[in-house]
Amino acid sequence: MGVLDQHKKIETNATLLLALSFAVVTVGGIVEIAPLFYLENTIEDVEGMRPYSPLELAGREIYVREGCYVCHSQMIRPMRDEVERYGHYSLAAESQYDHPFQWGSKRTGPDLARVGGRYSDEWHYDHLISPQSVVPESIMPSYAFLADNTLTGERIGDLMGTHAFVGVPYTEEMLEMASADFIEQATDFGDPGVVERYPGAQQRDFDGNPAVTEMDALIAYLQMLGTLVDFSTFTPDESR
Amino acid sequence: MTDQPQHPEEQVLQEGDPDTTGHSWDGIKEFNNPLPRWWLWCFYLTIIWGVAYTVLYPAWPGISGATAGVLGYSTRAEVAEEIERFEALNADLRTQLTEVELANVTRQEAPELYNFALQAGAATFTTWCSQCHGEGAAGVQAAGYPNLLDDDWLWGGSLEDIQMTIAHGIRNEDDPDARWSEMTAFEGILSDEEIAQVVNYAMALSDVDGDGANAANHAYDTTLASAGENVFLDNCAACHGDAGDGDRFLGAPNLTDAIWLYGGSAEAVEETVRHSRFGVMPAWSGRLSEAEVNATALYVHSLGGGE
Repeated sequence: MGVLDQHKKIETNATLLLALSFAVVTVGGIVEIAPLFYLENTIEDVEGMRPYSPLELAGREIYVREGCYVCHSQMIRPMRDEVERYGHYSLAAESQYDHPFQWGSKRTGPDLARVGGRYSDEWHYDHLISPQSVVPESIMPSYAFLADNTLTGERIGDLMGTHAFVGVPYTEEMLEMASADFIEQATDFGDPGVVERYPGAQQRDFDGNPAVTEMDALIAYLQMLGTLVDFSTFTPDESR
Repeated sequence: MTDQPQHPEEQVLQEGDPDTTGHSWDGIKEFNNPLPRWWLWCFYLTIIWGVAYTVLYPAWPGISGATAGVLGYSTRAEVAEEIERFEALNADLRTQLTEVELANVTRQEAPELYNFALQAGAATFTTWCSQCHGEGAAGVQAAGYPNLLDDDWLWGGSLEDIQMTIAHGIRNEDDPDARWSEMTAFEGILSDEEIAQVVNYAMALSDVDGDGANAANHAYDTTLASAGENVFLDNCAACHGDAGDGDRFLGAPNLTDAIWLYGGSAEAVEETVRHSRFGVMPAWSGRLSEAEVNATALYVHSLGGGE
């Protein structure tokens, strides 16, 4: 134990103690901070991922505002029971444009990472108005007021600008057309621009009410969740 | 250090006391009690464990990815393997389900396959279908979610029809083979008067006992109803049939029975005539395997209404 008994030298030499303490803290700092600078390489490059369309982004804001994440996760873990119930496990890339991510840590309700396309718009509408009308045993509260709040999409471009600022690749064109795309996606007058800018975007009147409401935005968001990556052509990298 | 205490309050070492560290502050000394050995070795062990763990399992981040670990452990490979293992257990039955004529899978002819299909179909139904059609497959009355227990089928109740509906869905935009039809919204096409007439006519169609109330027990106006016949024949009969008994090829409901998908009240029927209905069912062939679709078809067929 000869070497280990030498700590007296360090303890009695303030400068040496300071220098060595600094060295230890440096190691800890490097281990914690350095990976953040090349975080990008931990995210697989997956075909199909794109930033949220203006309407979907507004829906996401409502999702966050109403605290949906308190009961619903958006993260299918790589386990058999989850994959069989919810679909393919989630990929990091699928939340790469989420600020903040909605993985959640508690499931009172089911996971929503792949809820898109699983139910009809009408079901989502009925379910948000009164969850018990379609799922009698549900304890989810009613969100009927969403159908009464109309949205203009006037400021959605500003929000997208903020997302662009933190790294979401919105183009100039996307930002410029934000308000128009917002209305077009929920009213579907046949302008192909939305789908061109946001491939895979679903364009229709989501809530059966010609006005654009928070209900439209939320259903548009729910209906696109987990639908962007085509898992029939995707081969997962097993080392991830 | 002298033998005599320099300060009256200085501690005096007793026989059997541990050594001191040699430090002395105002005569106060510090015993040099070593850490318990077992504790110290456990501590060293955790360090060794930590380092070994990062070598054996994926851990250290590098420039283009993280180290894979000596054991080659991967959660992704593990889940794929586990699913494969469980699927292999029933591989024979699954393959059979995709190959046989579904009509031949009966309790008498293929009891093992039939039982497997019902169990698997029930599990799939609970996971993927019950949210709309209900835990017990009774649908949601008068809300547009069909009851699968009765013998009233919109698109046909044979095994083949049910399988087709499950695989491709109804009126969804994802599957080009989805069943598709769209009722006209008659608001603006028919006058308010004509709409009132045809609504009452449609309600009268299911009034078999002639008591002035339809089979769902909603009263209608008999005068308006008889005036509605021509409106019905001109506008509705093409899909619903002259007798109003529907057309499964078009998913046009039978209007002569007691079953009303959206409710049989005058208000509900008027809403349908004015604004039409557009029930959507997702396509499941992308999410479920062929065997699962077939098992679910057999399960739904077995619920009571199968043809």
